[in-house]
Amino acid sequence: MSAPLLSIRGVKTFYGNIMALAGVDLEVREGEIVTLIGANGAGKSTLMMTICGTPPPREGQIIFDGRDITRLATHEIIRSRIAQAPEGRRIFPRMTVFENLQLGAAVTEFVHFDEDLERVFTMFPILAKRREQRGGTLSGGEQQMLSIGRALMSRPRLLLLDEPSLGLAPLLVQQIFGAIRNLNEREGLTIFLVEQNAHHALKLAHRGYVLVNGLITLQGTGRELLERPEVREAYLDGGRVPRD
Amino acid sequence: MGERGRVEYFLQQFINGIALGSIYGLVAIGYTMVYGIIGMINFAHGDVFMVGAFLALIAFLALVAIGLTAIPLALFLVLLIAMALTALYGWAVERIAYRPLRGSFRLAPLISAIGMSIVLQNYIQITQGARVKPLPPLVTGGYTLLEHDGFAVQLSNIQILIVLTTFVLMLAFSWLVAATRLGRDMRACEQDLKMASLLGVDTDRTISLTFVIGAALAAVAGIMYLLYYGVIDFFIGFVAGVKAFTAAVLGGIGSLPGAMLGGLLIGMIETLWSAYFSIEYKDVAAFSILVLVLIFLPTGILGRPDVEKV
Repeated sequence: MSAPLLSIRGVKTFYGNIMALAGVDLEVREGEIVTLIGANGAGKSTLMMTICGTPPPREGQIIFDGRDITRLATHEIIRSRIAQAPEGRRIFPRMTVFENLQLGAAVTEFVHFDEDLERVFTMFPILAKRREQRGGTLSGGEQQMLSIGRALMSRPRLLLLDEPSLGLAPLLVQQIFGAIRNLNEREGLTIFLVEQNAHHALKLAHRGYVLVNGLITLQGTGRELLERPEVREAYLDGGRVPRD
Repeated sequence: MGERGRVEYFLQQFINGIALGSIYGLVAIGYTMVYGIIGMINFAHGDVFMVGAFLALIAFLALVAIGLTAIPLALFLVLLIAMALTALYGWAVERIAYRPLRGSFRLAPLISAIGMSIVLQNYIQITQGARVKPLPPLVTGGYTLLEHDGFAVQLSNIQILIVLTTFVLMLAFSWLVAATRLGRDMRACEQDLKMASLLGVDTDRTISLTFVIGAALAAVAGIMYLLYYGVIDFFIGFVAGVKAFTAAVLGGIGSLPGAMLGGLLIGMIETLWSAYFSIEYKDVAAFSILVLVLIFLPTGILGRPDVEKV
């Protein structure tokens, strides 16, 4: 089998003296959707940010596409075609939807900007309507679409999605997850997804990891993890799998 | 002085206030930009303005020494040289005194800024001497707008030059911020530094360029000051700096139009206070504004309430 697109080895990340990641090993192969589930404060978002070098890990190694990116500056990591739609969406509130998307496209030097813009607007038509509206005035769902759209504008080889379903109504969650599935199935985009909504995430993903207190405690295919009693107990509402 | 004379006196002070306010506004931009992007007050910015005035004086003397005496051309060259060299100072200040402290506790860069301010003052005092440096008036003449009861309202050429240059620079600068890629990157950094880096923006470079642009604008203000007052010394940066800072706070720290508006208002208040009350207390008047604004209108006239900053 070919080398994974992203490979994380023994990564430890600290905030001051507090260890947030205690030696994480994880792989994402080309074309996969991999999900990371875990409780609040387990270190999921820290891992997403560590991949992007903000903060960089204190120990361990991160290899992307055969290249060691552990010590690169954040903007250099992003320019190697990793994009992140981070926790809390982080839309620029006083910039228009269009400007937000322009910023997303910066790493491509705008060579196929119109084409990429069209693609994002086709995926999320509401963004085309809101084009000249300021980011801060959008609804939560629209902001999430903009956050994902902005990440896609850079034509990433790996898309990091941090809790895209957080705070959204069920219908919107379905729409967002549908978009993620389409990106992967139709365009072959590799996706690393962090979720608290474990049921949805594990059904969508090819493989999954469980993070507890900064350590990976379980891994397997999405289906395998869905069947594990400890996963059902801890992350799936006491074993009662919700219908969708 | 009759009723008409009073109006003319006011008009004259108004003109003087706008010219002075333009200078403060150009310096205030530098404070507000840096605050917007990294959330610190660059207390050395006033001294960068002072360095700009000295570099302009040196450049002018050097041009005269090599035989260039056509004043418009000389002034234009002085403008370019002083802007370029002062920009270099602005860059160096950030690189040496602030960047190593990024991610440190909040007061660290402020303390470093005060240190940098002292360093620049002493450096100029030692290399250029403590005495006041004069420059003979280069831009002379002007227009008499009104004359009545022996009181003439004058609009001098230097005042026209100051206001026009400021106006052109403000237009160019607003365009840069609103419509260029650098401007967009700067606004992105101002709104969410981390997210900007997550989109591939080289934030260190963008911050450096912010200091460079702020310093170049301060250099222009330094040249205007030199031409307007005809004398400079190593200490002018302190008072002008604190006043420009007051202007930035009055206009709303972080807001670019606010900095310009605040500059004009502070210039106006200072001039009118000097004209009608007491020239000795003009600085007290300007700084009282700072205190009053901080108590009653902490976000300034055009500032945003902090809630929006997530």
